[in-house]
Amino acid sequence: MAGKGIRIEGLKKRYGSGDTAVDALKGVDIQVAPGEVVGLVGPSGSGKSTLLKCLGAVIEPTAGRMTLGDEVIYDDAWKVKDLRALRRDKIGFIFQAPYLIPFLDVTDNVALLPMLAGQPNAEARSRATELFKALDVEHRARAMPSQLSGGEQQRIAIARGLVNRPPVILADEPTAPLDSERALAVVKILNQMARQYETAIIVVTHDEKIIPTFRRIYHIRDGRTEEEAGEGRDI
Amino acid sequence: MISLAGRDIMHAWGKFVFTGMGLGLLIGITLSMAGIYRGMVDDGKALLDNSGADLWVVQQGTLGPYAEPSSIYDDVWRGIRSMPGVARTANVTYLTMQVRQGERDVRTMVTGVTTGEPGTPGWPPYLVAGRQITRDHYEAVADIASGFRLGDHLQIRRSRYTVVGLTRRMVSSSGDPMVFIPLRDAQEAQFLKDNDAIHQQRQRTIVNPSFNRPGAPGVLDAVIASQSTNPFVNAVLVQIEPGHSAEAVAESIRRWKRLTVYTRSQMKEILIGKLIATSSRQIFMFLVILSIVSAAIVAFIIYTLTLGKIREIAVLKLIGTKNRTIVGLIMQQSIALGLIGFVVGKISATLLMAPIFPKYVLLEPLDSVIGFAAVVVICILASIVAIRAALKIDPAEAIGG
Repeated sequence: MAGKGIRIEGLKKRYGSGDTAVDALKGVDIQVAPGEVVGLVGPSGSGKSTLLKCLGAVIEPTAGRMTLGDEVIYDDAWKVKDLRALRRDKIGFIFQAPYLIPFLDVTDNVALLPMLAGQPNAEARSRATELFKALDVEHRARAMPSQLSGGEQQRIAIARGLVNRPPVILADEPTAPLDSERALAVVKILNQMARQYETAIIVVTHDEKIIPTFRRIYHIRDGRTEEEAGEGRDI
Repeated sequence: MISLAGRDIMHAWGKFVFTGMGLGLLIGITLSMAGIYRGMVDDGKALLDNSGADLWVVQQGTLGPYAEPSSIYDDVWRGIRSMPGVARTANVTYLTMQVRQGERDVRTMVTGVTTGEPGTPGWPPYLVAGRQITRDHYEAVADIASGFRLGDHLQIRRSRYTVVGLTRRMVSSSGDPMVFIPLRDAQEAQFLKDNDAIHQQRQRTIVNPSFNRPGAPGVLDAVIASQSTNPFVNAVLVQIEPGHSAEAVAESIRRWKRLTVYTRSQMKEILIGKLIATSSRQIFMFLVILSIVSAAIVAFIIYTLTLGKIREIAVLKLIGTKNRTIVGLIMQQSIALGLIGFVVGKISATLLMAPIFPKYVLLEPLDSVIGFAAVVVICILASIVAIRAALKIDPAEAIGG
């Protein structure tokens, strides 16, 4: 499933039209290889969230090209008919807050995605359990989200992002609510998972604690991206 | 695939059950209203069935004796009795009034029946205690719903009656329990004037030169005698002989006696179609209003529950959940709420409300089935507002910014 990660070329997004038009993205270029974790940083209003929504197939870009694995998903227009299935099968999401479904236990929160994709319940749960082992939360498999600590909830959210083995995971400020120790632990897990599952991970952040851990960082300013080498500090 | 609705309900079951119970009480009232209507229809049927009559002979041009006043001479029955196809006839009077017993009074329909034998038209067909009326005066048989007991003394006008028998489900079309007394007493009770009125009437007759003629002393006595007796009854009840058509016998009485005659089906139409028509429309309006209120409550509850899950629904949509899964989540919750409400409503209507309602509440199984179907339909319709709101939720709401 890993393929060639994600490649974004000349991605533009304009809101509105005429005199009131706003160019939120003016030509974004990003490439993330399978197994790689890159940072996407930028000040408020720079276009981070717009970019994330475009990458997540939630809003339609105005122009550009996006390739996911071996598949061109956008080339000045969506090339995929079922965006819902695209999000479910090929894009993993990790949010600022875990946003676990409060009425499902931990296992079903994660197993829900493969179930939605049509996998049998037992197989979906088995996949979830496998991830719990890797993330060291196996002992919380039957707990309800409200019974978990913040760090545990974020791990479960990571498991949910990974469970369908997507070629790319979009993480939106995944460490924002965590202290330094836990934030670094989450980044470590993301790196491990990226390598283990050959997944490209884009971490949108302005968390100073974790920025030095990335080997590559994309700065987004005024709707454009600039790539720079990160410190790649070991965790 | 797991049931999202089921999990959500189980997660907050207390909220669901208590909301369902509140809704259930409303559904219980709705079912009870339907039961009251059925009870009124059944009271009307009971009145007809228990009279033992096949035909009702009443004053010409009236809808008597239940829906309109009717007055015919109390010797008309003899002529009717001799007509072909007639097996039995009996005079009857009906008077709805307060009957005193000790310190309390009870609204009853006092029925005057001719003395005779069991099976005589107008008689209560069976007793649950005591015996039928055997004397011509001052004995009564009362419906058990009146609260009277054997041996109780009742005050009807100026006379005192002893309860000698008790019967059951003998009620008027408006649900008042019936009290049977001898016909002569009932006739007197219907037309009895107070002493002052009798005295004044006599004085007026005495000073009237047409009645008080010199040389004809018997005229005044005859007029006064006729003024102090009542030769009228409200109806003659007729049983027809087997093998004869009720309609044919009725037509014969209409033609030869110049009276209005109703068959059982016509009387049923009068009782149900005319006498309780306004009440039925009123109850129907209550049912409509209660249904709308129930729908509004379900809609509001489900809408509120859905608004409380905006973030979860946004996440579900973002991770690829189909719209129909989200629609199913909301609609199933709505139906589940309705089911809880219906069960609570049915139990409360049957065990709590029906026994304490003063009116007879008849809860028919078919009404429950219709009620159940209506609740499901209402819940589905009520969930539409919440479903529209859920479908409008943008999956982008799960992503910050």
